[in-house]
Amino acid sequence: MADEKIQKKTTEKKKESTNKQLSPEEVVKYFKDEFKTKIKSAEIKKRATGSKKKEFVNIWMKIDKSIFKDFIKHLCGLTYPHLAVCCGNDLGQDIELVYNFSIYYGKNLQEISLNVGVNVPKSKPEIETICDWIPGALITEREKQEMLGIKVLGIPDNRRLFLPDDFPEKLYPWRKDEQTMKGIEKLYKNLHAGVKKK
Amino acid sequence: MSQITKTTYQLPIGPIHPALKEPVMFKFEIDGERIVDVDVELGHVHRAIEWTGMRRNPIQIIYLAERICGICSFVHPMAFCRAVENACDIQVPERADYLRVFHGELERICSHLLWAGVAAHEIGFDTVLFLTWEMRERALDLTEYLTGNRVTKAILTIGGVRRDIKPENIPKIKETLNYFKENFEKLRHVFLDDKTFKMRCKGCGVLTYDDALKLCAVGPTTRASGVRKDVRADQPYAAYSDLDVEYMTPDILTGEVNGDVYDRIIVRLLEVKQSLDLMERAVDQMPSGDIVSEPKIPKLLNYIKKTAGEGIGRDEAPRGEVIHYVKFDGEHEEPFTWKVRASTYANVLPWIPMLKGEQIADIPIVAASTDPCMSCTNRVTVIDKNKRYMLDKEQLHKLSVEKTRRMMR
Repeated sequence: MADEKIQKKTTEKKKESTNKQLSPEEVVKYFKDEFKTKIKSAEIKKRATGSKKKEFVNIWMKIDKSIFKDFIKHLCGLTYPHLAVCCGNDLGQDIELVYNFSIYYGKNLQEISLNVGVNVPKSKPEIETICDWIPGALITEREKQEMLGIKVLGIPDNRRLFLPDDFPEKLYPWRKDEQTMKGIEKLYKNLHAGVKKK
Repeated sequence: MSQITKTTYQLPIGPIHPALKEPVMFKFEIDGERIVDVDVELGHVHRAIEWTGMRRNPIQIIYLAERICGICSFVHPMAFCRAVENACDIQVPERADYLRVFHGELERICSHLLWAGVAAHEIGFDTVLFLTWEMRERALDLTEYLTGNRVTKAILTIGGVRRDIKPENIPKIKETLNYFKENFEKLRHVFLDDKTFKMRCKGCGVLTYDDALKLCAVGPTTRASGVRKDVRADQPYAAYSDLDVEYMTPDILTGEVNGDVYDRIIVRLLEVKQSLDLMERAVDQMPSGDIVSEPKIPKLLNYIKKTAGEGIGRDEAPRGEVIHYVKFDGEHEEPFTWKVRASTYANVLPWIPMLKGEQIADIPIVAASTDPCMSCTNRVTVIDKNKRYMLDKEQLHKLSVEKTRRMMR
């Protein structure tokens, strides 16, 4: 059974791969046409490597939070992306989430790294889950919840992942505000203050 | 799972277990001998490396990154260096690109042979463990000969590598490569032709193409399920784009893709052979020139300090894709953000479909088949209804060995 399924999927994949592949510029244009001003910025970075100086491509995009889920839907329609990881930056008022996708893998040297940044206000740090489109995003979403205090709406599994159960609630290690710094310091400074010297 | 008519029992494995090289906790829901459900808990060795790194300068982070994993001690700093190079637009000399390929592939051979030994041990073939680890010793000797260290190699720096391969080093490299080529056939025969290996590994721990794709699995785990995903071939980085890397999927050898443990063995063995070939070509085609673009470290650090930008470094580690993300704010020497995603992070979710439906005795080999980078098992507590008894590491291993012996009869 399993064999048949795999074979079937492999042929499907082969069919899929015959679809037209967009160039990095076309990828940016596709999303800009679709979402207009909601794509706040898009930059294509190319770097040459090795003796033959072949280029690899990174696309850096900043998008508005309101279109985030729709963006993922369109991306999955374009080609099934591989989600490497979601990173987070504490920018003070906002938290920036950067989703690192790669698209068009499986074709020699054709892959494009697509990095999508979304700003989430710290006062209401909420983002929708993408697990319904990419189930593999679960681990990284759980990590963002505990490390940055992002509330992922509709996440299938809400538990902590890396932090121990006795780690203080509402303390998010990757945030850079004063409250977090003090909270973290408390955890490791003067640990042995109560130990009496002989 | 109904709580009222509960016929299953729980079997926690971990956080410490020999099939797992780092601590991880599995909670199995077992019905008789079959695994019905799996839950994975992580974080037992969370060492706050990223947090520490955000308080160090980039050169210090290279050596910190090296200590993320004892086996991938080349590929982590490599991904970090490439992330910094991308963020700050630092060029890498061509020769350094080739040296990076060479050391990366040497590490892959060390890692795959280590894994092959562990896998053989898990199903009770300790002779094979000693055979593969004896071979691995030669790869470690070569690492020591070229870098001065066997584990943490301290070979990388931002914008290049720290030690060159000199003409007088070539004979030793050729000798080691020849040794591997001569012995590869032995290894292939033991792993792929043996009847018992086939019985234990074929059809066991299946990960379908669909699951591998959707769960974002990486490395040999995903390639064994037929997904063509390999950063070395997907995107030009280092000198891999000059060397034409192929996707190693099991159908190259057998003509079919099953996505089971056996296929994962095939993929890793094919990759050992591929690595030997890449190393040889990297040495032969290596251009002459500098090995680092900016040897003065204070100057380099000063440049990075003044540069604002973000970058990613994606590399193919022995276990799959590793990605490092860095962001510099243009004011501080230390990165504003440093995020590391190791390959096992992406291979945790695929464990669940792999383990469901398998037997308890298959846990060690299936769990080990993704080559998890987490630590080792001491004991397992079995809670059977109200009875609670311990299965220690030896007993669990014994169960696995007994299954092999039963099948051999």
